This record gives sequence, C-alpha cells and structure tokens, in this order.
Amino acid sequence: MSLSNETIASLRQRLSSKEITPTDIVNDLVMTIEARNPEVGSYLTVDVEAALAEAKTADVSKPLGGIPIAIKDNINVTGQPCTCGSKFLQGTYTAPYDATSIQLLREGGALPLGRLNMDEFAMGSTTENSALGVTRNPWDLSRVPGGSSGGSASCVGGHLAIAALGSDTGGSIRQPAALCGCVGLKPTYGRVSRYGLVAFASSLDQIGPITKTVEDSALLLNHLCGKDARDSTTLDVSFPDFTKGLKDGVKGLRIGLPKEYFIEGMHPGVSAAVAAATRQLESLGAELVEVSLPHTACGVATYYILAPAEASANLARFDGVRYGHRTAIQGDLLEHYMNTRAEGFGPEVKRRILLGTYVLSSGYYDAYYLKAQRARTLIRMDFEKVFEKVDLILSPTAPSPAHKLGSISKDPLKMYLEDVFTIAANLAGLPAISVPCGFAEEEGKRLPVGLHLVGRPLDEATVLRAAYAYEQSTDWHQARPE
Amino acid sequence: MSTPAIDIHRIATLSRLKLTDAEATQYSAQLASILDYVNVLEKHDLSGVEPSAHAMPVFDVWRDDVAAPSFTSDQALANAPRKSQDQFMIGKVVE
Repeated sequence: MSLSNETIASLRQRLSSKEITPTDIVNDLVMTIEARNPEVGSYLTVDVEAALAEAKTADVSKPLGGIPIAIKDNINVTGQPCTCGSKFLQGTYTAPYDATSIQLLREGGALPLGRLNMDEFAMGSTTENSALGVTRNPWDLSRVPGGSSGGSASCVGGHLAIAALGSDTGGSIRQPAALCGCVGLKPTYGRVSRYGLVAFASSLDQIGPITKTVEDSALLLNHLCGKDARDSTTLDVSFPDFTKGLKDGVKGLRIGLPKEYFIEGMHPGVSAAVAAATRQLESLGAELVEVSLPHTACGVATYYILAPAEASANLARFDGVRYGHRTAIQGDLLEHYMNTRAEGFGPEVKRRILLGTYVLSSGYYDAYYLKAQRARTLIRMDFEKVFEKVDLILSPTAPSPAHKLGSISKDPLKMYLEDVFTIAANLAGLPAISVPCGFAEEEGKRLPVGLHLVGRPLDEATVLRAAYAYEQSTDWHQARPE
Repeated sequence: MSTPAIDIHRIATLSRLKLTDAEATQYSAQLASILDYVNVLEKHDLSGVEPSAHAMPVFDVWRDDVAAPSFTSDQALANAPRKSQDQFMIGKVVE
C-alpha cells in the first residue's frame, strides 16, 4: 500500500522501527501529488526541495518526527507563498515567518509539505471562491470539496496527504471534512494561537487539524495548543495529552439532540446516516436527550453580520504598500487604494467587505453590529444552559452532501444557509468535530456524510472520546474514493 | 427595521474598493437581500442583553514594556511592491 494512504499513527510506528524514513514518505507523497493533483486540485504549490531537505534532518524520536503535514494557504510558513487563494497575494508575497502552529508542529518533529487551495481569504463553503484554481471532491470529481479548507479536506480524504491544517471561522474545517470523508476538528476558541494565520474574523477564526482518523486528530492537537504571547486571545490554560482517554468509550455520556436542528430541506441520505449514527452511539452506551437551542435561527444572521464586519477591518491591511498586489494605474492615494483592492480581490471578498463596512458604518452600527453581538450572547447562553444537562451536542455537519461544482455559487445567501449546523460553535467558541458517519447517494455516487459533535469549552477530550468510540465501531474511516 | 436603500458608492469608498457600474448594481442588490435576511434578528428580544465581542472573553493581557527582537528591515521590506532607502514607498500624500 502506498505510504500516502497511511495515517500519522501507522507511519510513526514504521518510522520508529526504521522500516521507512521520512524521505520515503515525502517521495511517495510527491509521486501521488504529481499523479493525482492535476485532477483533484488540492495543492496550489509544493516545494519539494524544501520538504526533502527537512525530511533528511527530521528527528524521528519526536512524537510527530518525520510526518509531512499539508498546510492551508493562509497559514504562514517561512519561505513559502501564502496566497490565501487570492490574486492579491499570488506571486507577490513570501512568508518571512512561521505561524506559531507551524513552529509547534516543527518542534514536534513534523514538516510542512505543500500549500493548499482555499476559498479566497477563507470566505466561502465550496472552495469555488478561490481565484487560483479549482479543487474537486475526491469522491466525485464533478462536485465541490466544501470550503473554505477545501484543499485540506480533499487531499486528506483523497489520500494525497497524510494530514493537513485548516482554519475554521464558520465551519471551514468541519464542513469540507464532512464532504470529503475525513475528520475535522475546530478547537475551543483560544486554544490554538492565531499568530501567523491570515485573519478573516478574529473573534471566530481557529486553526485545526484535518486527518484520516480521530487518533491522528488528537496527535496533531497535542502540537497546536498553548498560550502564545503573540496572540493575546489565547487562553492561559494547560491542555492534556489528547491521545490519553480516547478509548474511554461513551458509557454514561449524555448527548443532546437539539430539536431546532431537525430542519426542512435536509438531504434524506444525511438524515438517515446521522440517525443511524445516533442509534449506534446509543448502543455503545451513550444517553440521547432531546434539548433546545432556542436561538438557533439567529446563528447564520449573526455570523453574516459579525464575520464580514471583522473581515472588513482585517482586510484593510491589503493596501498595496507593504506586500501584495499594487495597481499600475496612476492616481492619488485614495485612487491607489481603490484600484489596488478592486483589482486584487474577488467578488465574494468584495461582497463581504462591503457588507461589513455597511454594518459598521455610522447610523447602522447599533441596528446591525451591536444587535448581532447581543444575539451572540444569547447563543452562547443557550449552550451554557444545555451543557448543564448534556456533555455533547449532536447534529449533521452539513444539511446535504457535496453539491455539483457551479450549482450554488450563484446565490450567496443560499450558500450561507448551508452553515447552519457548524456556525454556532464558532459564535460560542466551543470545540467541535466532524467525523465520517456514512454516505448519501446522488446519481449513483456515494458521497460522504459527516457527524457533528460539539463540546463544552476546553472539553476537546470528551469530543474526541465520543468521536473515537463511534469511529472505531464502524468502518467508514477505511472507505476509499473510487 | 426594513432595509433602507444602500448608498453603495459611499460604502465602496469607505471600503476603498472601486466598483464598476455593473458591480455597484449587483452588490447593491445582493447586500439588500442579505440584510433583509439578517432582519430575522428582529424577531428576538435583544434588549437588556450584553453584547459579546468574543466567545471566550480574555481581558487586559499585558506584557512587559521591553523591546524584543522583531523583523529586520530587510525582512519587513522583502515583499514591498515599491521601496527606497530602507522604506516603503507610496505616492505623495501631502501637497
């Protein structure tokens, strides 16, 4: 079996026993990428030389020693591009530093390999908003991989990578993981430093792992967390070894099913797969409880006020002065800004900047932005109340399996409504995971479905434990595309 | 509140984005439809609720006022579209 098909855990065993070397893994991945990336389009660039140089000196005695990790193209890695899927930064920016998460992975012995496609500046749910290329779902190349971490999920789900990093602002790790049949984890807000992650919405963004198994997710999470002086939103809390306690099972765990989540318009294949997963968890010893999250209907509206508002501020730095695209049109400073940004940004980015600027502008700030911040409090309080009665909240990750390329990108609002299950965890800062739970059939193709579990703040351990127990009682994680 | 007419040109200038006429029309309509949708928040009583700026509030995170290593000027200027004399170059700002 090709090394590209393996997991972090299995490769670590073979590296430790000296059966293989880190160079063997990089070489295998490079061959796989050369063969299959032209059709899947996960990777924007791969610096083979740099990866081989790091592989040669990798220390396999370290916990992640010799493991290549593919990186979403909005996380800075020294000497590599960081395009954020945008023409603004394509060819005009080389990262002068490592993000904290990259530093931590390197300290653990891992090496970054490749830059992954994404929706431009992380704005989107299909990766169709990338200005730099098309990424396809490895399970059906005519369909989207999800987004915004579509490159990350498609390379892991399609075995063009061992594991990847993504970022999640409204579901951008979990939803593509669900659509591509792999595991995606968004940690508690503040667990993982955002230093070196190009900011989209600073109060919502989190970096997280996209992996083939829950165990691999825990392995990576051990090397991403921690307070960081360079990100003042990181929490000053310790974190456990997330691989311990994975096998503790779900006996006695109380899992809440929010009644507001059983919406109209859910794909029947998704409903069926999630219902079966729910029964499976019950048979493993979990107690299923109906709960209520009364402000669920506010989630998408709240997010699509707050996130664009924060994005409009964060993207003000792209002004053609210190890095990135610069217009050739002559003019005064204002014209320089207006033209540079108009030329460099794609339509979804412009749409969200305009929306964000509007809701923050004088006369509208109270009506929209402040109102959304109040709604955010109510959403967080809904979860606090529910977590008095249950330990986890369960739902599908997405209401439908992967759409056909081009089918929903014309209607921004329709695309936004697909985030309904994932978005609340970002608004409330909670840890959440998507784990494969089966397939939905569309036009004779099997398309992955994800199960979504949300936990209490800082309780990634319970989230991982339940996901592991479910995963190990099924063989979804062993299914392969084609 | 019903969505008021959006002065797209004013917003575009605030956003520092030049729009074509076609874009102005398209974004205006799309923004209106999104803002119509977010009016779902009107259905909930939000009076008296404290606004949350973030999910896990952390306040007053200080560090000592001590200089620490940062980028060299070469590193900082490495990606600059235009530079001169170890500085970022921009068009004339002051007449």
